[in-house]
Amino acid sequence: MSYSEKVLDHYNNPRNVGSLDKSDPTVGTGMVGAPECGDVMKLQLKVNPETGVIEDARFKTFGCGSAIASSSLATEWVKGRTLDQALAIKNTEIVSELSLPPVKIHCSVLAEDAIKAAINDYRKKQAVEGDAK
Amino acid sequence: MKIPIYMDYHATTPVDPRVLEAMLPFFSEQFGNAASRNHSFGWEAERAVDRARNEVAGLIGATAKEIVFTSGATESNNLAIKGVAEMYAERGNHIITAATEHKAVLDTCKRLQKHGCQVTILPVGKDGLVDLDLLRRSITDKTILISIMHANNETGVLQPLREIGRLAKERGVLFHTDATQAVGKVPVNVIEDNIDLLSISAHKMYGPKGVGALYVRRKDPRVQLTAQMDGGGHERGMRSGTLNVTGIVGLGAACAVCRQQMPSEPVRLAGLRDRLRAQLEAGLDDVRVNGSMEHRLPNNLNMSFAYVEGESLLMGIKDVAVSSGSACTSATLEPSYVLKAMGISDELAHTSIRFGLGRFNTEEEVDYVAARVMETVKKLRELSPLYEMARAGVDLKSITWHTER
Repeated sequence: MSYSEKVLDHYNNPRNVGSLDKSDPTVGTGMVGAPECGDVMKLQLKVNPETGVIEDARFKTFGCGSAIASSSLATEWVKGRTLDQALAIKNTEIVSELSLPPVKIHCSVLAEDAIKAAINDYRKKQAVEGDAK
Repeated sequence: MKIPIYMDYHATTPVDPRVLEAMLPFFSEQFGNAASRNHSFGWEAERAVDRARNEVAGLIGATAKEIVFTSGATESNNLAIKGVAEMYAERGNHIITAATEHKAVLDTCKRLQKHGCQVTILPVGKDGLVDLDLLRRSITDKTILISIMHANNETGVLQPLREIGRLAKERGVLFHTDATQAVGKVPVNVIEDNIDLLSISAHKMYGPKGVGALYVRRKDPRVQLTAQMDGGGHERGMRSGTLNVTGIVGLGAACAVCRQQMPSEPVRLAGLRDRLRAQLEAGLDDVRVNGSMEHRLPNNLNMSFAYVEGESLLMGIKDVAVSSGSACTSATLEPSYVLKAMGISDELAHTSIRFGLGRFNTEEEVDYVAARVMETVKKLRELSPLYEMARAGVDLKSITWHTER
């Protein structure tokens, strides 16, 4: 399989690799996929609770180059967006940005799922925080 | 050292310059049809084919008349299995094979199953080997054929041919072996191993693509096959079609070179393979070899690099040609069925890489490949959430993964 320039760029220079503190109430963590399927993505967001803007994002991915590129791109895109803006990111936008071939569309779906899972996790945490107050 | 480095010799091999040289005249001046009986062009071609037939036979301990030229191992496997099933249909309809066979054997058996044959697919152990007791117990009075490969194309695991051949002979069952990966790499002898049918491919042994052979035993027992292609009755009626003289000359020359190099080349390759393995094991944790090291081709190393998906690893070592058991590199999006049959989890199968060493690899190349693989695995592990969790002491099996979409 040949890869697009952009996939290669994200693979060779992945953006925002790493982990944020999972226990921080302003951090949402999404982990999607499964090792037996060959892809696991962990995406974390740090949100400003006052403004609802995503201030930082980190990822780690087990998967093919397209999966790595999709999640790397997702961290770039969510930064600076509000949660609702981030939720509006569609896998098809990732597909066209990275020129993913049909067999790699599932990588973009996984990245979209990872964003949603991280935001859900953050919102759940915030709800619990709110209850505690 | 020339980049890229080719280390995928199980997929195919380059034509050896000596083989190419032997072939060249048969494209042009000596273009005759080996079946032309009444002029020198035909005689020359026939002589060349006969020489090749002798070379092929000599490499496997057969006689020239027992060699049927084909288009390659896929055709040889089809001809052997379908030809026997049809020819011996009155005697029985049961075929025994194994789960790690090449698709050219498995899918041929599956097709026969649709036409009324009974097929037993033997499981293999963690080491990749078939269980001889289970094989013995699987033979019935309806069994006409056992088809078990010599060396596996992914793991290089060598099946106990001699024991299987002995068992087949005792029970009066024909024994076919797909020896595509083994011929020319390790000694093969159809007499000592009681092999009745054996498939060969030229391009796996430094010959050209599109040519192969099937050994068909003529004595004790005399094996008969129903031809699968109708036509001019070439190859003693078993395989019609004008002989691919150039290809056949190439196969013969390839056999001659392999035979010459037989005592020393397997030792050299095993040395290179062990060097590669030692470096990878010294430089990385959580790596494992898939399949028996004891019963294995000298040139194969199949390793899993836990927590790193195979295709992403291949992407990081793009100046090295190897292959992966990862689903992402296959057309089916399923990880290797060979590794799965050996009880290796899908998760580990996704992280496996097959190194296939060959005639033109050097120590310098091995060292380069080992360094590139180690560097890439380390980089990708820094990116892997699984590695992070494993390092933190999380048991990955204890996690409920959300696989439904």
